[in-house]
Amino acid sequence: MSAWFIALLQALLCVALAPLLVGWVRRVKARLQNRRGAPLLQPYADLRKLMIKETRVAHTASPLFRVAPYIVFVATWLACATVPLIALDLPTAGIADIIVLVGLLALGRFFLALAGMDVGTAFGGMGASREMLISALAEPALLMAVFTLAMTAHSTSLVGVMEHHLTDGFLLRPSYLFAFGALVLVALAECGRIPVDNPTTHLELTMVHEAMLLEYTGRHLALMEWAAWIKLLLYGVLIVNVFLPWGIATEFTPAALALGLVAVVVKLALLGAALALGETLMAKMRLFRVPGFLNLALLLGLLGLLSHVILEVGA
Amino acid sequence: MPDAPLILALLALWLALGSAAVPLLAGREPRLLRLAAVPLLGLAGGVALAAGLWTLIAGTNASAVLPLGLPWLPWHVRLDPLSGVFLVLIGLVTGAVGLYGRDYVRHFEGGRESLVALGGFSGLFLAGMLLVVLADDAFLFMIAWEVMSLSSYFLVAFQHEQAANRRAAFLYLLMAHVGGLAILLGFGVLAAFGGGFDFDAMRAAELTPLWAGVAFALAFLGFGMKAGLAPLHAWLPEAHPVAPSHISALMSGVMLKVAVYGFIRTVLDLNGEVHWSWGVTLIAVGGLSALVGVLFALVQTDLKRLLAYSSVENLGIVFIALGLALLFQSTGHPNLAALALVAALYHALNHALFKSLLFLGAGAILHSTHERDLDQMGGLLRRMPWTGSFFLIGCLSISALPPFNGFVSEWLIFQSALQAWNLDSGVLRSLVPIASAVLALTGALVAATFVKVYGIAFLGQARSRHVRRARPSPKGMWAGQGLLAGLCVLFGVLPTQILGLLDPVADQLLGTGVPQAGANGWLWLTPISAETASYSAPLTILLPALIAGTALWWFKRRASWRVRRCDPWDCGFAAPTPRMQYSAASFAQPIRRVFALLFLIDEGRDQGADGSVRYRLRIADRAWGWLYVPVARAVDSSARRVARLQSGSVRVYLGWTLVTLLVLLWVIS
Repeated sequence: MSAWFIALLQALLCVALAPLLVGWVRRVKARLQNRRGAPLLQPYADLRKLMIKETRVAHTASPLFRVAPYIVFVATWLACATVPLIALDLPTAGIADIIVLVGLLALGRFFLALAGMDVGTAFGGMGASREMLISALAEPALLMAVFTLAMTAHSTSLVGVMEHHLTDGFLLRPSYLFAFGALVLVALAECGRIPVDNPTTHLELTMVHEAMLLEYTGRHLALMEWAAWIKLLLYGVLIVNVFLPWGIATEFTPAALALGLVAVVVKLALLGAALALGETLMAKMRLFRVPGFLNLALLLGLLGLLSHVILEVGA
Repeated sequence: MPDAPLILALLALWLALGSAAVPLLAGREPRLLRLAAVPLLGLAGGVALAAGLWTLIAGTNASAVLPLGLPWLPWHVRLDPLSGVFLVLIGLVTGAVGLYGRDYVRHFEGGRESLVALGGFSGLFLAGMLLVVLADDAFLFMIAWEVMSLSSYFLVAFQHEQAANRRAAFLYLLMAHVGGLAILLGFGVLAAFGGGFDFDAMRAAELTPLWAGVAFALAFLGFGMKAGLAPLHAWLPEAHPVAPSHISALMSGVMLKVAVYGFIRTVLDLNGEVHWSWGVTLIAVGGLSALVGVLFALVQTDLKRLLAYSSVENLGIVFIALGLALLFQSTGHPNLAALALVAALYHALNHALFKSLLFLGAGAILHSTHERDLDQMGGLLRRMPWTGSFFLIGCLSISALPPFNGFVSEWLIFQSALQAWNLDSGVLRSLVPIASAVLALTGALVAATFVKVYGIAFLGQARSRHVRRARPSPKGMWAGQGLLAGLCVLFGVLPTQILGLLDPVADQLLGTGVPQAGANGWLWLTPISAETASYSAPLTILLPALIAGTALWWFKRRASWRVRRCDPWDCGFAAPTPRMQYSAASFAQPIRRVFALLFLIDEGRDQGADGSVRYRLRIADRAWGWLYVPVARAVDSSARRVARLQSGSVRVYLGWTLVTLLVLLWVIS
């Protein structure tokens, strides 16, 4: 029972932490660009404001337009809740292994893209079309990276992968390095970060994610934005906890859980700073250069998998 | 009574034949088709379903000799778990088609097409499919196969007044018979070694590896052609769209699965020892079909054609899973082979459900708007809410999204592919993950395809006037769709139960099932072990429902729950017109550009006589140029050479006859 309680706590924690991570990335980025930037807690204030504001829906929208934010939010949240954040071996982890996780994110994306096309404006369709292009190329790369880990641990459960990693000690496996590279590239694309998409742009010809949200207001917009932030947190946790799982609580004592929380916050803060640095140094790519970028990710994923099955199995 | 399921199955057969006979009177009384023939068809489906379920639950294995056929070749029938699964598949879809068809065939009444042909051949088509699944000797199997192929030819040619339909039907007939010939030859090899045409003799036969390989290749060619595997898929996107929509559902949802049945029966049951290279062949061809199918589906703008191409893709996935099963079986991992086989069967079942659902949806759109072109549709969700909702479930299922059924089978295929580390050969170990990369790419592209389909057809605003005035379809039609949509959800949420039903097949063919799948209770699907992988489909429904319910309650409490309607914002431009929306072609353009190598694209501007400018886009299949055109040319030129014999002079013909007889006499002696 206590395990389910901690699982619930962890699920609430990922919803609560997501805006903080976004605020942190924005803050670091502002500092790197010599701006003062908004306060760390600004995303929470934004959410609150959007929740209070009146919600407007276009005349031409179908019921799907109003349901989509809830589905996107819940699917993303459920995906995030199954990733071990502060403690391993929670019962929620059994609901979904890595493949289901990818599936849940795909479910959210499906509705996001449909919602973009629903009102029947010029931009929504453009955003949906581009989003599906990017995800079509990113998803196989993601699965390849994930399969490398899964084949090493002989398990597609994230807990299994992390446990394998914790007990085996850190071996500098070439396959892990490739998989890590692939996962980072995919995370940039899937979370709509520079160089694939710019989360702060509203320039019509370059945007992808924002184009699908143009018609949303009020709490619908809040849910959509929040879901995007949770997705960023999810990928962040995936990167830091799967490749560097140290510190995570393997038993449910308060001390271990506290250590797990501190560890993951520190790791995410470092990752966020790295992301901010990367976004400051890089420029956004043209849309038709994105396939090249994602092919690189796919290639890395495949190389990881092949170097695993050729070099490491049986060795 | 051990034979009860078999008797039920034969009853279903008689009902199907009855449904074929009734419309003979429909020339006088057109309503008979709707009031008797179609309900009988649905009833036959229901009875077949009961027979199949009974077989699977009781695990019975009944056979009988029918008092029909040639004196020295009586017809054998048999109902075992493998036939049972496919009876269930046929039964589920036919039942739904029966519900749907009643209202759908109404608009053919008073048309110029022959209702006798429609009703009669539909019944024969179903009877043929049922008989293929029940046949226990090659003789009956081939007869049933031909009944199925020929009756479906007449259904494809149903609206024969358009030249394109006649062409499609002819191509279908041609390829069905080339495939049928290959199957016949394959049975010939098996019968030669077994010393008889019944399947029991073939099962007992000891084939040399070379001849086993030949039998496999012939079966793969024949059944693969019928299943529409690339590059032999070209007939499929031509033939399936032109049949009436409820028949398209049967052809794409069921007939292709009958080919899968034939393949499993021949290769895993009759052929004996499996060679690893067979598995590799299947994985390669399956992967190619999956990728080609989905990419061509993505660029189509004709809804039914798009769905037909997507069948090529899904059958590719089924064959990837079958390839994994053969691979694991040949390398001595029967339990993993069982997992892959069960995954293949599961996917076949799922595809039957969602593809039929989507074809019925396309039929409903056609019925209400007389439109198959996506670029003319739009906003149909508000015009046809039921069809729209069911169609959405079909789109989610086919895109393999949790918690719907397509996801479960793809998840199982991934799980069995990830067991590749068990293989000893490094080449095979790296080949299997590459196949799963293809599968992953396919899955993502399918999602893009169906976002396009749903977004263009059902969302946005109507792109033409007649679509704007579409009416909801009659109740019977959405009842059929609703049944299939409900089954899609059910098959997605209760995977352990479905796996339990499929298990006897793996037991029968491979000697072992997947007993671990439900070992942790019905809530958790654990195909190999709980540590390796687990998926709880019921909880992926339940937990989100809880969260969403809480959120709704929370917002509903507040005063600001109500939303205000306003004009679309669209970045502050003037009010958007329907013509400003993304069209099906523009949605697919970025992906088309990335995968440009695979397509033959003819794109440009056409200047009309009145000075108007129109955008032109035609996308053709490269398979035509690479495979079909050379074959057609070769046939043409050899025919021309043979035609030299035809001099028109009787004396020359008699001379040829004499020479032939002499040569034959010499050969025989």
